Formats: sequence, C-alpha cells, structure tokens
Amino acid sequence: MTIKDKNPIDSQAQPTPAIELNKVVHSYSKDSPLCFSNWTVEVGQQVFLYGDSGSGKSTLLNILSGILAPQKGSIKLFGTEMTNLSNSQRDRFRAENIGVVFQQFNLIPYLSVEKNIELAVYLARSSKQQLSTSIQHLMAALKLPNSILHTPVSSLSVGQQQRVAIMRAFINSPKLLLIDEPTSALDNTAKHAFMSLLIEMCQANNTTMVFVSHDTALEPFFSIRTPITSFCSGHTIETVN
Amino acid sequence: MLTSIIWRSLISRRKTVVLTFLSLVVSISVLISVDHIRSQAKESFNRTISGVDLIVGAPSGELNLLLYSIFRMGSPTNNIHYDSFTMLKANKSVAWAIPISLGDSHHGFRVMGTNADYFEFFKYANKQRLELAAGEVFHGPFEAVIGADVVKKLGYQLGDKIVLSHGIGSTSFVHHEQAPFTVSGIIAATGTPVDKTVHVNLAAIEAIHLPPAQLKELVQDPHSHHHPTEKITAVLLGLNNRFATFTLQRHINTYQDDRLMAVLPGVAMTQLWSLMGNIETILQVIGFLVLLASLFGLATMLLATMNERQKEIAVFRILGASPIFILSLVILEALVISFMALLTAFIVVTFLLMGLEGWLTAEYGLFLNQNVFTQDSLNLSLIILGATAVTALVPGVEAYKKALHSQLSAK
Repeated sequence: MTIKDKNPIDSQAQPTPAIELNKVVHSYSKDSPLCFSNWTVEVGQQVFLYGDSGSGKSTLLNILSGILAPQKGSIKLFGTEMTNLSNSQRDRFRAENIGVVFQQFNLIPYLSVEKNIELAVYLARSSKQQLSTSIQHLMAALKLPNSILHTPVSSLSVGQQQRVAIMRAFINSPKLLLIDEPTSALDNTAKHAFMSLLIEMCQANNTTMVFVSHDTALEPFFSIRTPITSFCSGHTIETVN
Repeated sequence: MLTSIIWRSLISRRKTVVLTFLSLVVSISVLISVDHIRSQAKESFNRTISGVDLIVGAPSGELNLLLYSIFRMGSPTNNIHYDSFTMLKANKSVAWAIPISLGDSHHGFRVMGTNADYFEFFKYANKQRLELAAGEVFHGPFEAVIGADVVKKLGYQLGDKIVLSHGIGSTSFVHHEQAPFTVSGIIAATGTPVDKTVHVNLAAIEAIHLPPAQLKELVQDPHSHHHPTEKITAVLLGLNNRFATFTLQRHINTYQDDRLMAVLPGVAMTQLWSLMGNIETILQVIGFLVLLASLFGLATMLLATMNERQKEIAVFRILGASPIFILSLVILEALVISFMALLTAFIVVTFLLMGLEGWLTAEYGLFLNQNVFTQDSLNLSLIILGATAVTALVPGVEAYKKALHSQLSAK
C-alpha cells in the first residue's frame, strides 16, 4: 500500500502543509456568506475541530472534500490548488486522496462489505493487487470478524458499520481523512474503542485528519484542538439539505 | 464492478423491479408478435399463389373469390358451368386452365376436386411447382393426393382409406361412407394452403354426390359409366400473353351463357392486404402505446426510489463518483430491466407461436416461421432499448441533480 503521489512536493523548500485555506468565501444565499480566513494543517496532524451546530463545520468539510466549490479564495491540499481543478478533476482528487466518514450512512446498503470496499477501490482507480491482503490487515486492525465480509451492510450493527466505514476510508491509503461526528450513533464504550482505533490508524499511516464534532468529550484524544470560530466568521446559518 | 452494483441495486428493490419488468414483458411481447405476424403474414400471403393470371368464378366479391379459391377460406357463393371451363380452355390466349371444385371436407381439411393439370401448372412462392413427397397423382376417381399438414395432423400413409364429409365444417353429419378414397400421393410441404388440402379427381366430387344406388354401382366398377361433371367452383387461368389479361377479363365478365367473374389475383391480394394492413397498423400503434406506458412505469419506479437513494448517492459522491457516473448508473439500471424484458419477451413469443401455430394456420391460413430473431425484430429491439434510455433520462437527471447538490452530511 503505497500512497500515490500525484502532486510532487518540492523537497527543497519548507514542507508543504496538508491544508492551506486562504480567505475562502462561500454562501448558500446572498445574505449569509461564510468566510474562512487563514487556516493551515500540517501533514500528519490530527485536528479536532469543534463548534456548535451551524457554525460552518459541515460547509468546511464539503469545501475541503471538493464537493462544494467556494465563490472566492484559495484552498490548497498538499500543494494542489483545488479551485483550479475542474469538477471531474476534483472528483478524481477526492477519490484518490481523501477518505470520508460521516455520522451515519457511509456505505451502500445493498452491497456486501467487500463490495463496498471494492467500490472505493474501483472509483479511485487504484490497483486491485494485494487488495485482499490490505483488507485482511485493516480488518485485523479494526477488530472486525472475517465473517462479515460477505454480509450485506444493512445487517451489521451501527458500531460495525462505522468501523467498516473507517476501513473503506483507509483502503486507498488517503493522505487526508475528513471525519464528521462519527460517534454520535455509538454508545460510550463503543465511542472510546472507536476513537482509539481511529487515532492509532492515523498515526500508523501518517494520515492527516480533520475531525469535526461538537462533542467536547472527545477532545482528550487529540493534541491539536481548534475552535472553528477561530478562523470562520460571518452569518452561519447552516442550510438544511 | 458496475454490473454487480446494478444487479445488487435491482435485487434490493426486487418487488417494484419485477412488476415493472413484467409490464415491459407484456408490452414488448405484443409488439414483437404484431411485428412478426405482420411480416410473416405478408410473406405467407405472397407465396400462396404464383403465375396465375386470372381466377374465374361465380360473381361475388373479388376478395371472396380469392379467399375461397386460393386460401380455402369462406364458402363459395355459387358454382359455374363446366361448359364455361371448356370455353375458357379453348380460348386462344389461355395457356392452361385448372378447374377446381370445393364444398367437401375431411376432418376440417378442405377437399378440392381438380384434374392432373393442377399438379402440372399450379405454382406457388417463386414459381415453384408442387412436388410429390411420396406416391403419385390420382388416376382413378377414388384416389386422393393430400397436403403435408393433413399428413402431419392425421398421420396418413400411402394406401390409407379416407372418408370425405359433406360441407366444410370440421364436424359434419353427412359422410360419404360408401365411397372411401385411397391416399395415392402426398405433396411436399409448401407453406401454403395446399398443405391443408385433400386433392381428389374432379369427377369424384360429382360421383360422391350421386344417388346411393348409382354411387354403389360406380364404386364396384369405376369404369361402368361416366357421369359428366356439370358444375365446378372456379377456374384458375394462365395466359400465353399477360397483355391479354384485361381483354380476357372483360370478355369473361360480359360472357352471355354463364354468370362469370374474373379477378386478377394480384389486385385482390393487394385489396386483402390493405384490409389487413389497417388492423396491423392499429395493433402496432396499440403495441407502441402499451410500451410507452410501461416505460413511463419504469421511469416512475426509478424516480420514486430517488428520494430514498439520496444517501446512497451521497456515498457515491464522497467516494469520488462524478454526477455523470450516477446518471449512467440509473440509465443502465433501466436498460438492464428493459433488456431482460426483451429477452423474456422473445422467449414468450417463440413459445406462443409454437403453441398457436396450428390454430393460426387453421383459422387464418397463416403460416408462421417460428424464428422471431429477424432483422426487423432486431431493429425493434434497438428502438425499445433506445426509448428506455430516453425515458430513463427523467430519473437519471433527477439523480444527477441530487448528486450535484449532495453534501457530506446527508442525513
């Protein structure tokens, strides 16, 4: 599992940060623009980003993943200027470099666990060689029983689904992991186990992670904690889909 | 990968998918069978008669005359004098004349009285002569030459004795039991009404209708006395020169000694075909409307599931699938359903044709080829698949929009 490096980094200069936001403006409607001033995350850092509901967290994640294109400003991910990419190039970039885990519904319900993983590999167009070895490694790391590989996702427990979601997020060895309140459907014990696993896997793979939550109980797992209000301003009415 | 996604997705919604699939099967089957029957009927019609320039019978409708003399359908309205046949045969522009006499049957198969010239001059399809598969043309008065379908249905062999019935229904209460016929020859299959005809000597038709006492005499000694034929049903004419057709037709139509009518087979066939053509167009329009309704059903089904699939679309998006990928996924799902329905419809129609073959031949004189995979049906399949793709654009575009606006925190 080697990380595909599509964007060679100039090793002479200072190391390129994983995320560089500069004066990003996005508005769902004209009256309430969201502005993100400068924000930088270095490669390999795990950041706990917290803030109340409606403070722009989800919008930020959508912009970082390239699903939303902001009206103004610059977003550089590992040196690549996202705003210069076309829609399909952004989709491609996301498939290859970013892993995402939501609160819930991370998987295609009618596919088996294995097919869900294969789908991520297929869309990232990464090689299928050693796929089963990688799956085995991840399953072991995430303490998932082998037997679930062929069960439909819909018959798994929520905790298992979330762990499968992490496995899916890691399968393409992403450089950046975006996590949005993944523990809200888990009970306290499961929450703890889940968080330890997640941090452990990020550190083992040197994966940059932005972890978004309003649950401050999760703070102790992170060394870097950033309130979103520190670089986000403006009317912050989060739109409902 | 794509196929397994589509397959799983369809299976997860199997109830609606199966219903949509069935409605498509029904409508596509209708379309295919209408199309098949149309092309086959045309072919079957056109091969029925070849090289006959005029059909002469008692005055009725042109169609009526064509139907009973060539297609063995309907019943003759009236007879003509045998003398008229002699007159026609003697005409100098006539190359050959075949007398035919109808009115009896054998287990639902029409019996036709004629003479040996029939086997000499009658042609079908591409000017093909009738070939005997076995035996020979009748010589004596009580011999019969039977068509391939008669053999197939009733299992006769050369030398078998058969009894004719009076009238043309499949059940008759008057049987000519005193005068059984011997099968002397079997005609090779032609795919025309000849296959379901029992051919006998013209004289025999006259003979079996004689009073019982005279008939008995005749059966015991076929050469005892010759009873001249007085009436026949129709005459088929071949001319030396086709330019003489209209002159002769006028001459026949105004003939003073008998009431005669001459029709050009080609004209009557066209008339018959235009009658069928209307029905065919109506059936085709209905078929297409049913197909359209089914396709709308398909689109509705896909559209209705789009809301619950929003989460699924969001997952596809975060994995890096483009909106176009999601659009094509929806269209491919529709195409898979449509394609399976198409295959099933072909199978259904093939079996249906096998089952209905006998009935269609008996009732409508249609000889159908069971091979439904023709160039026409291939074109039709492409049209159906094209229409499916177009209809699936509606839910497809909806999915595309959802994909475009889908966000990470889809709840």
